Amino acid sequence: MATVTDTTPAGRAAPRPDDGAARQRQGPALAHYLLLLPPVVLFSFFIVLPAFQGAFYSFTNYVGFGSWKFIGLTNYLAALGDPNIRHSYIFTLYFAFTTTIVVNLLALFIAIGLNSRIRWRGGFRTVYFIPMVVSGLVVSYVFAYLFNTSIPGIVGFGPLHSGILTSSTWAWLGVVFVTTWQSLPGATIIFLAGLSTIDGDVYEAAELDGADGRRSLRWMTLPLLAPFVIINTVLSLKGFLGAYDIIIGLTNGGPGTATQSISLTIINGLGTGDYAYQLANSMMFFILTIVLSVAQLAFLSRTNRK
Amino acid sequence: MTATATTGTVIADKVPPRKSKPPKERVSWSATTLIALGSLFILIPLYFTIAMALKTQAQSTGSGFQFPTSIRWANFSDAWELVDFPRAATVSILIAIVAVAGEVLISAGAAWAIARNFDNKLFKYSFYYILAAMFIPFPVVALAQIRLTAAVHIDNPLGVALLHILFSLPFNILLFTAFIRTIPVTLEESSAIDGCTPWRTFTRVVFPLLGPMSATVGIFAFLGSWNDFMMPSLITANASHQTLPVVQNVFAGSLSANYNVAMASYLLAMAPSIIGYLFAQRFVISGVMRGAVK
Repeated sequence: MATVTDTTPAGRAAPRPDDGAARQRQGPALAHYLLLLPPVVLFSFFIVLPAFQGAFYSFTNYVGFGSWKFIGLTNYLAALGDPNIRHSYIFTLYFAFTTTIVVNLLALFIAIGLNSRIRWRGGFRTVYFIPMVVSGLVVSYVFAYLFNTSIPGIVGFGPLHSGILTSSTWAWLGVVFVTTWQSLPGATIIFLAGLSTIDGDVYEAAELDGADGRRSLRWMTLPLLAPFVIINTVLSLKGFLGAYDIIIGLTNGGPGTATQSISLTIINGLGTGDYAYQLANSMMFFILTIVLSVAQLAFLSRTNRK
Repeated sequence: MTATATTGTVIADKVPPRKSKPPKERVSWSATTLIALGSLFILIPLYFTIAMALKTQAQSTGSGFQFPTSIRWANFSDAWELVDFPRAATVSILIAIVAVAGEVLISAGAAWAIARNFDNKLFKYSFYYILAAMFIPFPVVALAQIRLTAAVHIDNPLGVALLHILFSLPFNILLFTAFIRTIPVTLEESSAIDGCTPWRTFTRVVFPLLGPMSATVGIFAFLGSWNDFMMPSLITANASHQTLPVVQNVFAGSLSANYNVAMASYLLAMAPSIIGYLFAQRFVISGVMRGAVK
């Protein structure tokens, strides 16, 4: 990385007395351009360009090869009327909102628990964060066996006995469970980071003013954690909307299409010649992601201010 | 200048390593009990995987939770051969190394260039441009990207690593620029006066100071690339160049699969990151927390 001029003393720029002040006005050095531009170019080529390509072909009848022509909004209109696609949106939204709420509530409790005066705190933290480092796909293969074979052998009645992953009514709960299992550490860590920014003195002051544990939790901890609730829900929702790995491992979208997420529908369009059609679907998904993120940010920061 | 210097140290010190020893105040046993019960939800599936991986098929009838009485180590060697563990692990390690090194070096450099030239329009708008793309999820561009990577012949593990680097670029640049703004410019100015070129200033002065944030970015880069399934399974065209998580699907499709061998294989796939985490857990947790505070 170092250039030749770096090592030869003769190549060094002669230090000028006003160098420090002048540097500000000098503008970017060549090195700055070399550090910035290659990543920006690669980023544009591999991420932004495909996004525009996708948007472009979504207005055509392109099947992935050969000739194509513009067909306007036909793909979008057809996608909106497609029961499969409509179902994948309902499932994904239902799943993502449920899981976001479950994960954030549980993570909040766990973070407060791990931050309280418990014994073996370090050990418990270690255990609670293990799911963060394992692959969602591999974990869901294990859970698939648990749900399909082990639990039906233990629980003698109800959907758990017949295997929840094989029931089109309950399979989504299995996906919620495993996703929660895997996402809890990430959300918990964000809350723990939030708790560590709260000065212990405020609790002492509250205690002196006669606040008990529950009250200081409600009126001190929760309001002070509000910014972290926002980060957490936005990050969780965005992640869960793109659910893929865990569903592949647990149900592969089944039974039938009961747990087919939007991502699964899009990717399944690969081999079927539905290329442009699924591109239209992915553009709608993109718009949905942005709208939801922005709406969520606006909503949460407003409630936070009240 | 002194103001930025002080905020710098404050933010850098915000996440002190947690003391593992319980505080001297009274221990709350009710909270301890609840947390202990909750930890069973994490531990039981892990115990189950280990128990199943060790058992013979004859022992695995029923729920599978029973403690293994006679151990069949051959489950591991069978799994090792079935998924060609050494090859898949090599691919996973290669992707992880390229992704970690690439994410840390490329985003640190770009973030430094941006942070120090924010008065320049090109640098400022490049920053906003990259951040604006943060909300592009992989599934949205996946279809077009599969064709693009095939067209430029990087439909292989290196392409997967490159895409990991690029998809994480917005978040990493955000982390690094926030951190770089807390480092006083005077340090770089004095090294310039001492005759350092900008390259040398970056590699010798700035980059070493970025250590904590590089650790954070590196941890995220490792976890993201090592455990990912979607990107390698879609981008890598050659099935024999697949990563450790992806090759586990050999068991999912077949009805005649030996579940003990399958569990042994899952355990082998999970073990490296879990063991690594157990050894470096304080480093990992504080690193991830640093990313969360930003």
